[in-house]
Amino acid sequence: MFEWVSLLGGGLAAKVTAAVSAAPAAAGAGGAPAAGTPWWVWPLLLFVTTFLLGIVAVLGGVGGGVLFVPIVGSFFPFNLDFVRGAGLLVALAGALAAGPGLLKLNLASLRLALPVALIASTFSMLGAFIGLALPNNIVQTALGLTILCISLLFVVSKNTEYPRVEGSDRLAAFLGIGGTYYEASSGKTVDWTVWRTPQGFLLFVAIGIMAGMFGLGAGWANVPVLNLLMGAPLKVAVGTSKFLLSITDTSAAWVYLNQGAVLPVIAVPSVVGIMLGSFVGVRVLAKAKPKAVKYLVIALLLAAGLRSLLKGLGIWN
Amino acid sequence: MAKPQLEVVKKIPAAKEEPAKAPAAPRVEVSPEQLTYANILLYGSWAGIILLVLANIIYFTGVIKPYLPPHKLPQYWGMKASQFVEVARMPHGWGWVKMLGYSDFLNYIGIALLAGLTILGYLVLLPAYLAKRDWPYTVIVLVEVLVLVLAASGLLAVGAH
Repeated sequence: MFEWVSLLGGGLAAKVTAAVSAAPAAAGAGGAPAAGTPWWVWPLLLFVTTFLLGIVAVLGGVGGGVLFVPIVGSFFPFNLDFVRGAGLLVALAGALAAGPGLLKLNLASLRLALPVALIASTFSMLGAFIGLALPNNIVQTALGLTILCISLLFVVSKNTEYPRVEGSDRLAAFLGIGGTYYEASSGKTVDWTVWRTPQGFLLFVAIGIMAGMFGLGAGWANVPVLNLLMGAPLKVAVGTSKFLLSITDTSAAWVYLNQGAVLPVIAVPSVVGIMLGSFVGVRVLAKAKPKAVKYLVIALLLAAGLRSLLKGLGIWN
Repeated sequence: MAKPQLEVVKKIPAAKEEPAKAPAAPRVEVSPEQLTYANILLYGSWAGIILLVLANIIYFTGVIKPYLPPHKLPQYWGMKASQFVEVARMPHGWGWVKMLGYSDFLNYIGIALLAGLTILGYLVLLPAYLAKRDWPYTVIVLVEVLVLVLAASGLLAVGAH
């Protein structure tokens, strides 16, 4: 009890340094505790790491989950099952916190989100079962490859503020997908609709599976599909994507919770760290240089993806 | 075929505006059920996060006896979830509710609340779509509730490796 007091009392830096150097040993031993490392060092390190990730995530315009899972999964001694369970809760908490504002401003469109969410959440449940059933090395390797592809997507993807949509397709018209929102920067209201709806819906099958399997929030994939493929304006795509995560991640989070893959000692510091970091990130946002932040996010994803791939292949444990 | 339903209603700025002021932004009108959904998320997510923090403090400080003491966790957190459940004799599915006397299981109240908010939000949307006779969205909402309840029920299981 109250071992935190001794943490404040002395030698924090030395203990943390020792813990960091001991990380690969712990991970390599399949999670056996690193000799001499007090248990509380890891949740504390996790809190600090997720706090920093929260800042970077806001500045980089990405959800926390996409950075959280590969980085924590690669550099902490926790089994990937628990990291993915925590990653889903991180993404879920962020989406739930952002949801009310987006809904009240109508930047998250229910007419666009609800059909897409049904597909993504159903398949994220399937993805969660696949991820929990597969051996760790396969999931870790697939995660590494996915993260490397996402970093590439960040390099090449150029979202469009107002994509040109030549009329809504039959499915979009049937569902009445469309809306209007007020664009403050131009002082105008923007009417929008979507097209290529069947193709977009089909892609959300894959997005759902990946979100559940890897515990990633899927904003990195939602936005390009909604914006570039289906033609939703960028603000609507970003807002709807964030809201969508609160539904997609819910079904997968329940699977992880029911299968014992949510360990509060990992999940709680992560959720709180990311949220506090996000608050700070919003304040830093005004002064940050967008390009530098984008490169930082890409570099982090590349490093974590490569580490995850090598760990999965057994080359670098 | 469902009529396209715009969830935002454009309002022309008020005619009697003072000339010195910038024109008012068109008012964004949001449907009542969307506002209720937003408020459920707002209050529910903060309640969930506060519960998580409180439960974690109780767990770490040892005020209430834990099932797995924090110092023993490093023995388990490197295991696959299926192995952890077996070795630590953790409850399956909703079995944690019976273990709420232990401080570590108090954390699951906040987690379950966060994961349950979407179901609650959809239950608010359902009567609204029914009242509008918006059948495609009524079906979508109903099926989504079924999917989420199925996921939450713990009825589906996965094989261990």
